[in-house]
Amino acid sequence: MRRNVSVFNLISIVLGLAFLYLPIAILVIYSFNASRLVTVWSGWSLAWYRELLSDEAMIAAAWTSLRVAALSATAATVLGTLAAIALTRFGRFRGRVVFSGMIYAPLVMPEVITGLSLLLLFVALNLDRGFWTVVLAHTTLAMCFVTVIVQSRLLDFDRSVEEAAMDLGCPPFKTFVIVTLPLILPAIAASWMLAFSLSLDDLVIASFTTGPGATTLPMRIYSEVRLGVKPEINAVCTIMIAVVALGTITASLMAKRGARRRERGALGAQV
Amino acid sequence: MGLWNRRLVLFVPYAWLLLFFLAPFVIVVKISLSQTAIAQPPYVPILDLSAGWRGLTTFFSALSFDAYRLLASDAIYLFSYLKSLTVAAISTVILVLVGYPIAYGVARSPRHWQPPLIMAIVLPFWTSFLIRVYAWINILQRDGLLNDILLRLHIIATPQAWLASDTAIYIGIVYSYLPFMVLPLYATLEKIDIALLEAAADLGCTPLRAFWMVTVPLSLPGIAAGVLLCFIPIVGEFVIPDLLGSSESLMIGQTLWTEFFANRDWPVASAIAVTLLAILVAPIMVYERLQRRHLETPK
Repeated sequence: MRRNVSVFNLISIVLGLAFLYLPIAILVIYSFNASRLVTVWSGWSLAWYRELLSDEAMIAAAWTSLRVAALSATAATVLGTLAAIALTRFGRFRGRVVFSGMIYAPLVMPEVITGLSLLLLFVALNLDRGFWTVVLAHTTLAMCFVTVIVQSRLLDFDRSVEEAAMDLGCPPFKTFVIVTLPLILPAIAASWMLAFSLSLDDLVIASFTTGPGATTLPMRIYSEVRLGVKPEINAVCTIMIAVVALGTITASLMAKRGARRRERGALGAQV
Repeated sequence: MGLWNRRLVLFVPYAWLLLFFLAPFVIVVKISLSQTAIAQPPYVPILDLSAGWRGLTTFFSALSFDAYRLLASDAIYLFSYLKSLTVAAISTVILVLVGYPIAYGVARSPRHWQPPLIMAIVLPFWTSFLIRVYAWINILQRDGLLNDILLRLHIIATPQAWLASDTAIYIGIVYSYLPFMVLPLYATLEKIDIALLEAAADLGCTPLRAFWMVTVPLSLPGIAAGVLLCFIPIVGEFVIPDLLGSSESLMIGQTLWTEFFANRDWPVASAIAVTLLAILVAPIMVYERLQRRHLETPK
């Protein structure tokens, strides 16, 4: 039972990764296909990317999506971090069970239910549906994911550094800003990215809560996909995958460097 | 933190969730008791608070159970619920069977391999759901890659229709939800103390027996978390069955979508949502309990 890589374990990892990555790889490769047919490979070409550049509806949708994602991710990060602090640092308070219930339920709630109920709320409040209602909806969904990520980071680190600061007379708010915040910053950055990609990804909730004039990228892609496979769609998807992959890898490298610097700092303190 | 700061930190997210998460459900229940109308918004009655008490009484006397009566009388809805529950149950079982070996393999690989491997498994989760489903249309369609390969290998003689079938739905679901199953499984498997397995081996236990008697029981919390994390959203899934499945038998998420967008019947769509929520309330509460235990006990 030593940590040898057994054949069985190796095979299951390799098959698992192949299953996860092959379909995406095929999609990316065929976005560079010169032929319109999916199975016929007729050489490399950027034709579908050029076609994309002249597709104004698609570009407008992408722009809408990016703005919705940036705004809702920022709002969700603020709200979610506050909620995480309340859940990890305030002990027992009245209404705690309801509060944490409202944080965890949206994580598994089917999107059709969330989307429909938010739309009916907006109708009841007589809000004009469009860009801002989608932002509100995405903020609500994403803040729960942010809370869970920041919460687990707040639980993980050594509380004694916070206590030491306060024992030395640092007021609580200042302690949070100069001690706690730098420690949870990587988690906050990661959760902003997750909130951003959740918003960029969402079709169902956006379809319910949007109105005329605010079509998001997934809504646009969905209406095209329903008509069948098109190489242009492969090209849009490839661009989205490239953006997300670059973002994720940069974020994880940054987190790693931060962790290494912290470790070195801790070592220095011991010496 | 000062008392006022504390209140503010709690109040802002609390109020936000009460308004945008809890209040909407009350409204859904209310609309599900309304009747369809050709109007804007397309239902009656509308609560008229300016009419005071009289407005309230006329509102409550106009509420009806028509939408629920329709759900109960037409077998289409019952079949839709049953199909959703069946698909969710079967695909969750497949997810455990596929996800467990992967999570186990990662948890037993050398320490320094584990973070990049987990990252590789999570990365596809960051790319759009829609894109991942669309990737399978590329492969499964009639002149797609799967038929092409099978024809060339002479496994099939004529192209098969893989799309618009339940098989395609299962492939799409297992593919999309796999990271949600692997992550919680890995989190519990990775914590299991190897010494326990060594002790079992020293006492003459075969590796397979030790797996069943030590590893599997200890990983039950991870299995439970993964199962709930997949099962609950799959029951209400819309995108995957809509793009990969056939239009003959709809899952309940699609039925709700059709009632709302195609038939513009808001009361029936709301009644479907309320009933779906009633079915899922128990598993959602179990999931919340697990999350609370996992995230709210200081380490």
